[in-house]
Amino acid sequence: MSIPVLPPSTTAIDLAAMTLSPNAQAMAYLLSAVLFIFALKGLTHPTTARRGNLFGMLGMLIAIAATLMGSAVQTYGLIIVGIGCGAVIGIIIAKRIQMTAMPQLVAALHSFVGMAAVLVAIGTFFNKRASAELTGLLMGELSAGIVIGAITFTGSVIAFGKLQGLISGKPVKFSGQHFINALLAMATVALAVHFGLTGALWSLLLMTLLAFILGATLIIPIGGADMPVVISMLNSYSGWAAAATGFTLHNYLLIIVGALVGFSGAILSYIMCKAMNRSIINVIFGGFGSDNESANTATAAAGQGVKSASVEDAIYWMEDASKIIIIPGYGMAVAQAQHALKELMEQLQARGAEVLFAIHPVAGRMPGHMNVLLAEADIPYDLVMEMDEINPEFPSADVALIVGANDVVNPAAKDDKSSPIYGMPILEANKARQVYFLKRSMRPGYSGVDNLLFYQENTALIFGDAKATIEGMVAALKRQ
Amino acid sequence: MSESVLALYVFLLACFIGYYVVWGVTPALHTPLVALTNAISGIVLVGALLVTGLDQAGFAASAMGFIAVLLASINVFGGFLVTHRMLSMFKKKNKG
Repeated sequence: MSIPVLPPSTTAIDLAAMTLSPNAQAMAYLLSAVLFIFALKGLTHPTTARRGNLFGMLGMLIAIAATLMGSAVQTYGLIIVGIGCGAVIGIIIAKRIQMTAMPQLVAALHSFVGMAAVLVAIGTFFNKRASAELTGLLMGELSAGIVIGAITFTGSVIAFGKLQGLISGKPVKFSGQHFINALLAMATVALAVHFGLTGALWSLLLMTLLAFILGATLIIPIGGADMPVVISMLNSYSGWAAAATGFTLHNYLLIIVGALVGFSGAILSYIMCKAMNRSIINVIFGGFGSDNESANTATAAAGQGVKSASVEDAIYWMEDASKIIIIPGYGMAVAQAQHALKELMEQLQARGAEVLFAIHPVAGRMPGHMNVLLAEADIPYDLVMEMDEINPEFPSADVALIVGANDVVNPAAKDDKSSPIYGMPILEANKARQVYFLKRSMRPGYSGVDNLLFYQENTALIFGDAKATIEGMVAALKRQ
Repeated sequence: MSESVLALYVFLLACFIGYYVVWGVTPALHTPLVALTNAISGIVLVGALLVTGLDQAGFAASAMGFIAVLLASINVFGGFLVTHRMLSMFKKKNKG
């Protein structure tokens, strides 16, 4: 990064000459907003997605340039240092991050947006107070920005901690939790009203503090496997925080972008909840998977015993198979087994088998997590299918190979009305001729519900590390 | 129509655009979507620049603005780059 720093005398002249009129700036913002819309539109298909991302970058560049050239920005020292340092840190993080750690990275980045929104709002308060431009409406908008930003910040920090394993991924529940949250929320709103009416700094700061606490207490009861919803929700919040900042600054670009991002996150949350057959309310307040209250018919099935198989048994079925469907789950990410899966795919394809991958919408820790990991391993995206596309394929599949997934293939979701996961759409692996589960242990899935598929006639479990097992299969196939 | 009402107009219409555009996104690209929207929400950088760049900004406002510029820049650069990295991995069959 080399940004030429001009001597002060010339800076003043050059910058004066460069200043954009408000109308020109507004046109630049409009162009930038349109580019952002095209950026999202690009993600309609993998072939146009990279171009979409470039549109996004261009839009951001125009927005930043137009802001710097506007009359409102008069000093540049701190800005240059801030952008420079931020760019270096951002570039290093983006280059080094492992694809399996993407959910953590996204959570961390969401927290930055939240914090930035809080700081911008408080900074705006100081600036406007100094120039005596505070109004009730402005302070109301400031409060909205601060509260949403603060909740986004601490909520994302907690989500990051859970994903990184710094905090227990288990839902943390204590009695009176919802009552305390409701109390905190009411106190925050009361302080916001007080601040709007009086402009008192103490109520502003106390409101900020309470909102920070609320962000943490809202996210802490949500368990690890509900992270796809949490990530989507925080994504949405970060958008609303940007929009609220736009309202305070009367900046339409921020408002438009905030609305786009806010809705994107909201839609993702909806899709994730639907894929679990749960309402957003249930996810937020649920603390799902903590209690095993319904030890139901699934446990009764446990009496029927479980077959375990060796790699050789599985190979016996797979070597002559004509269609094999692989179902990856979070366990694949943990075992880093995606590259081994690619080798397995190639070995099977070389024997003339059709190999497909089936992805459940909530597999992994964020929306689309599995797709990225498979793409990382160079598995072509046209072999990777969504739930609705792949389910009709299972009855004609010779083998379903389940790698680190559990609840998303549990037939109890279809058949057992007493099951907590009843009604959740599943991948119908049970319809394949032979089912192999790669598992570390007999531990039930995240929901705490025993998997009926384990006890099915044509199912066998292969215990061990998923990566080692798949590498064993590849080696065995190569030998034959 | 006051500026705030106009802002509300813009906001609501943008919500509709967001709604229709995002439903079109293929589920396979949901992770890049989150990363990209994350990068785009780094647009709060614009707000941070306005706070920091004001000549008369006091110490508190400048300090807060500076940190906001730093954080939002990490988002913008990190977000777009990591999205690019992810999208570069999505390949079709028979293409290497």
